[in-house]
Amino acid sequence: MSFLLALIIGILYGAGTYMILRRSLVKVILGLIFLGHAANLLIFTIGRLTKGAPPFIPQGAETLAEPYADPLPQALILTAIVIGFGVQAFAIVLFKRTYQTVGTDDLDKMKSTDELK
Amino acid sequence: MTNQIIILPIILPLIFAVTMLFFWKSVKIHRYVNLIGSTISLVVSVIIMIQVLSDGIISLQVGSWQAPFGISIVADLLSAVMIVITAVIGFATALYSIGTIDPGREKFLYYPLLQFLLMGINGAFLTGDIFNLYVWFEVMLISSFVLLALGGTRGQFEGAIKYVTLNLLSSAIFLAAVGILYGIAGTLNMADLARRIPFIEQKELLTAVSVLFMIAFGVKAAIFPLFFWLPASYHTPPVAVSAIFAGLLTKVGVYALIRFFTTIFVHDIGFTHNLLLISAALTMLTGVLGAAAQSDFRKILSFHIISQIGYMILGLALFSPLAIAGAIFYIIHHIIVKTNLFFVSGVVDKLKGSYDLGKLGGVYKYYPILGLLFLIPALSLAGIPPLSGFWAKFVVIKASLEIKEYLIVGIALLVGLLTLFSMTKIWNEVFWKDDPKGSENYIDESYKQISTVKKYLMFAPIILLALITIVIGFYAEPFFNYANAAAEQLIDSSTYINSVLGLK
Repeated sequence: MSFLLALIIGILYGAGTYMILRRSLVKVILGLIFLGHAANLLIFTIGRLTKGAPPFIPQGAETLAEPYADPLPQALILTAIVIGFGVQAFAIVLFKRTYQTVGTDDLDKMKSTDELK
Repeated sequence: MTNQIIILPIILPLIFAVTMLFFWKSVKIHRYVNLIGSTISLVVSVIIMIQVLSDGIISLQVGSWQAPFGISIVADLLSAVMIVITAVIGFATALYSIGTIDPGREKFLYYPLLQFLLMGINGAFLTGDIFNLYVWFEVMLISSFVLLALGGTRGQFEGAIKYVTLNLLSSAIFLAAVGILYGIAGTLNMADLARRIPFIEQKELLTAVSVLFMIAFGVKAAIFPLFFWLPASYHTPPVAVSAIFAGLLTKVGVYALIRFFTTIFVHDIGFTHNLLLISAALTMLTGVLGAAAQSDFRKILSFHIISQIGYMILGLALFSPLAIAGAIFYIIHHIIVKTNLFFVSGVVDKLKGSYDLGKLGGVYKYYPILGLLFLIPALSLAGIPPLSGFWAKFVVIKASLEIKEYLIVGIALLVGLLTLFSMTKIWNEVFWKDDPKGSENYIDESYKQISTVKKYLMFAPIILLALITIVIGFYAEPFFNYANAAAEQLIDSSTYINSVLGLK
């Protein structure tokens, strides 16, 4: 399972990196979304995958017995997904407005502010 | 013990912002709430700093969840001074915004966004938990995205695209680094990490993670070679926004670097801090050389942010108590001075209707006092004694001399000289030479229509910040002693660890 997830994370990182290097705005935003997902899956995998061992302290015991599924990475991912959703939604709207204002989705043509006068 | 007070710099801006949202239509109420709110935040921050000075580090466990498990809010000397400076800049920007921001932007929630931005910045300075730091970064970023794009001119959108893309990329890297660090160390509480990291066996992996953090914060702090978003975006929004960004946002990245590479990642100083040292030298050089090529008032200032960041990173990279004290002093000085320079550029734009050095001129003839107000921060930035920048540079360079990094000393001095060159260029072009438009007293029509009150509100923050610069310059000792104490606290992390984890 870990191997499969590692493979998916690798593909997502690769695809994301490739996409944000494109000149088209749509591809850039897709790349950013991929990278966000890759990071979330990375946290999930690296927090160790434990199957069928919920982190409940059994009756009569004082502490958790190893192995147990650590709930914290999942809490982190949930937070990160919510934040990522908000930020990506904003970015999509920003990119759309930019396309409408500038009249192109080619990043190479968006350098009117960088030119030396 | 009333340690609850340290959550106020985070909660108060939220309360003020939400209050403003209740009066969506009334810009007037927004202005007053923002101004009063910034004043209250300033008072609260100063109280916190005094309390930290007298009682030592204050920490608060949110929701009473015990330290490594819950979220800790911690105010040590460094955090305390950062929130005070943030509040000072917030107050100055509140005044300046009333004077300069156009009604269109005010109507679309400019002031609440400003408070949300301050909330994010204060949160980042005060948190003692790495994932929480990520959350505050996002709060800060999303507010800054909106502030940057608010108004919707072509330039703003082009700048915002680059700013948003690179900052989202850095957030993704940050998040991945957080995940890996949790996988290695099993905790994300900074104090707990500082305690556990010496006992972790996978040192190579730890070094790799520390470099990931370095990249994530490096993008936000605009160090070489990750700074390209900054000069592409900071000159596009209204000048009040540029000013608060220039003063505070990059410094949050620098603060995070200082926090991480003094308290947490000190297991492999030979590698990580050398990397920072090389980056610092190149940051200083590329920033100042980039500025030399520019002929736009705000673009020159943007490139100078980068070169000045280099000095702060240099202080961190040298990793001696004196050098880190120098870096902290440098941050204090730089936030004040840089914000002020942007404010001045805004007034010049209102006067003459341009930021282009070629089209400007003759401001000194018409407004000698503005010339003086420009010279104080400009000379301070270049490091002319006895202004604050001199002491900041002096301490950092003295620290490099003590460690015998003579090449770095040479670069730092050269960059200081080139900074002076840039500032003289602005002075010559904007203030000294004759107005290229011919008529001696050409003043933009829009400036004549600005009411006297608004003009006072434009000048008040500039005078306030200039006074602070002078005070830091002539009365540097208490500030330096403070920076020194803060640096000692950072290098000897045991007080920090004990305070947060409640050990004695």
